[in-house]
Amino acid sequence: MDPPPGGWKAGDSTGSKSAPGPDVPTAPLEALDQLWFQVSGTVCNLRCRHCFISCAPDNHSFWFMTREQVRQALEDSVELGVKEYYFTGGEPFMNREMEAILADTLELGPATVLTNATLMPRRRARALARLAEDSLYTLEMRVSLDGITREMNDAIRGDGAFERCVEGTAELVDAGFLPIITCMRSWPEAETEGYLEAFRTLLAGLGYHQPRIKILPPLLIGEEVKRTRGYEDTERITHEMLHGFDLGNLLCSRARLVTARGVQACPILLESPAARLGDTLAEAASKPAPLGESACFTCYLSGSICSNTGSTTGADR
Amino acid sequence: MIAAREGDRAPSETTSATPLWRPGPFATSEVPEVKKVAAFGGIYSNHRALEVAIADATGRGADLLLCLGDLGAFGPHPDRTAEILRQAEIPVVRGNYDDSIARGLDDCQCGYTDPKDNHYARISYEYTLANTSPEHRAWMGSFPHELRFRLGSLEVLAVHGSPRRMNEFLWETTTPTHFLDGLVREAGADVLLGTHTGIHWSRPLGPGRWYVNAGALGRPPNDGNPEVWYAMLEEVDGELAHEFVPVSYAVEELANEMADEGLPEEFIETIRTGWWTTCLEVLPGKERGRGRH
Ligand code: SF4
Ligand code: SF4
Ligand SMILES: [Fe+2]
Repeated sequence: MDPPPGGWKAGDSTGSKSAPGPDVPTAPLEALDQLWFQVSGTVCNLRCRHCFISCAPDNHSFWFMTREQVRQALEDSVELGVKEYYFTGGEPFMNREMEAILADTLELGPATVLTNATLMPRRRARALARLAEDSLYTLEMRVSLDGITREMNDAIRGDGAFERCVEGTAELVDAGFLPIITCMRSWPEAETEGYLEAFRTLLAGLGYHQPRIKILPPLLIGEEVKRTRGYEDTERITHEMLHGFDLGNLLCSRARLVTARGVQACPILLESPAARLGDTLAEAASKPAPLGESACFTCYLSGSICSNTGSTTGADR
Repeated sequence: MIAAREGDRAPSETTSATPLWRPGPFATSEVPEVKKVAAFGGIYSNHRALEVAIADATGRGADLLLCLGDLGAFGPHPDRTAEILRQAEIPVVRGNYDDSIARGLDDCQCGYTDPKDNHYARISYEYTLANTSPEHRAWMGSFPHELRFRLGSLEVLAVHGSPRRMNEFLWETTTPTHFLDGLVREAGADVLLGTHTGIHWSRPLGPGRWYVNAGALGRPPNDGNPEVWYAMLEEVDGELAHEFVPVSYAVEELANEMADEGLPEEFIETIRTGWWTTCLEVLPGKERGRGRH
C-alpha cells in the first residue's frame, strides 16, 4: 500500500503478538467521516521497497473486494453518515470491477483513489472522467510518485515505474483530472521548496498547470529505519500519554477500513488481528479502536495526515 | 489535520462575561419568527459590498438580515465592517475568524494546510488583528455559535461551518446528501444555513429539508466575475424558496484601499478578476478545476 498515513513501522502490521490486554488504551469512533476500502487487497503490479504491507503481484493475503461487497458497505454507510470514501490496495485498478465500484460510490458521495497510475491507459482515464462528470461529487485521483527523476523514483518503486506513472498522470490530466501527486519526503526538510519547484516543472511538462502536490513525512520503515531510526518495540501509547490528548487527532476516531474479510479499525492496521473490529461495518463502527500497536505510537506523534487536505509539506510537527 | 480541530466548539458558548450579541428579533425570542431572511456569508472586511448588500436586501423586503460570521480577513480596515454591522444591529454567528480575533489566537483557524495558503492567511490575519479595536474584539467574543429561527413553517439553524464544527468545510462536491440530512435531522431543523467555504450552493435533502451555503460577501466565488453574493430565503407553501443574489459594488475603490494598506497584490487580483489566487489547496478537485489557478 502506498503511504497514505505517515509514519508506521515496517512489519508491524503483520499482526500483534498478543491480543490487547485490558490495559490497552482505546479510541472511540467520534463520527464515521471516512470509509476506506482495501479494494484490491494486497495485490499490486509493483513491488515497492517501502510498501508497508509488502503488496506485490503474488501477495494474496488479502484478496480483491467484489462489487457486491463494496455495495453492501456503501449501503450501510448512508445510515452511518459517512462523508468521504477512499479506495486503496495494493493497486486499486488491479481490481477488474474498479470502474463499476466507483460508479456505485459516486452516486452517494465523493471518492478518492490512491493509485500508482501505472495502469492508466487513455481508455480508462477517459472512462473515469466520464464517471466524474456524471456525478455531483468529486472523484480525486491521488497518484504516488516518489521522485522527480527516473533514478530517484525507480530506486524505491522499481524499474520502469517512473515512466509509466508519468504517462498515466498525463492521461489523467488530459482527461480533465487534477490529480493529487503524493511523494514521500526522502530529503532534508529544508530542501522541500526546491523539490516542489522541480515537481511543478515536471508536471507543467505534462500539461498540468494547476498542480496539486502533497509531500508525506518519511516513514520509519525499510530503508528509513537504517537512515534514521525505527521505533522501539516498547514504544506504545499509554494511558498517561493520553491525558490532555485529543483522540480526534487519530484517524481511527473518524474512519474504518473495509476489507474482503472483515472491517479494521483504520487503513493502517490492515493485518492486525486486534484491530479487526467486526464482520460488518455497523459492528465495527460500534467498537472503539484499540491503540496497542507501535503504529499507533507513530499516529500519536504525527496526527492523521491521510485525508486529502492533510499537511502538504511533510513537515514534522 | 490538527488545525481543523481548533474549530471545535468551546465548551461554553461565551468567551467573555458580556451578554451574547443577539440584536433584533433575537433580543426578545430564543427562536424568533421571520418572513424573509437575507444571509451574508464571510464579509472578509469588504465593507463596501456589505453596505450595498444591506441596502439591497432591505429594498427586497427582508425582515431579517443575518451575518454568518468571518468579519475579517482579506480586505482593508476591519473596524469599518464591524461599525456597519453594529450600526445596523445585524445578528452575527461566530465564525472561526471572529473567534480567533476575539481570543487573540495565533491563527485564523481557517483549516489551511498548505504553506502558500498559510503564508497569505498569516498576512491577512496579522493585519486584521492589529487593526481591530479592543472594543470590537470584545464584541466579537459575544457572537453566539448558532442562531435558530422560524421561517414560516420551517425551522432554520444558522451556523458558520457546520453544527458540529465551526470550521468544517461543506463543499458542494464533497458533501454527500445523506451526510447533510443527518446533520439537519440531528439539529432538529428543516434548513441548515452556513458559509465558511466562500462558494455559494444549495441542495434539497428531502421534503422541506435543505442545506444552503450562503457563500461569501467578501470575495467572489472563483468564477471570473467580481460580483459577490448573498442568499435570500423565504417559505412558500411549506417549502423553502431561496435565491442567490449578486452584489455589484465599488471594486476599484476597495482595491485601492487594499493597495494603500499594503495588502498582497494576490488578494487585490482576486477582488478585480473574480479568480481565487490563494487558499486553493483546500478546494476539492471539481471546485478547483472550475477556477483559473
Ligand atoms: S504501488 Fe508500491 S507502495 Fe503502492 S501498493 Fe503497490 S507496491 Fe505498495
Ligand atoms: S494505527 Fe492505531 S492510532 Fe493510528 S489510526 Fe490506526 S488504530 Fe488509530
Ligand atoms: Fe470561516
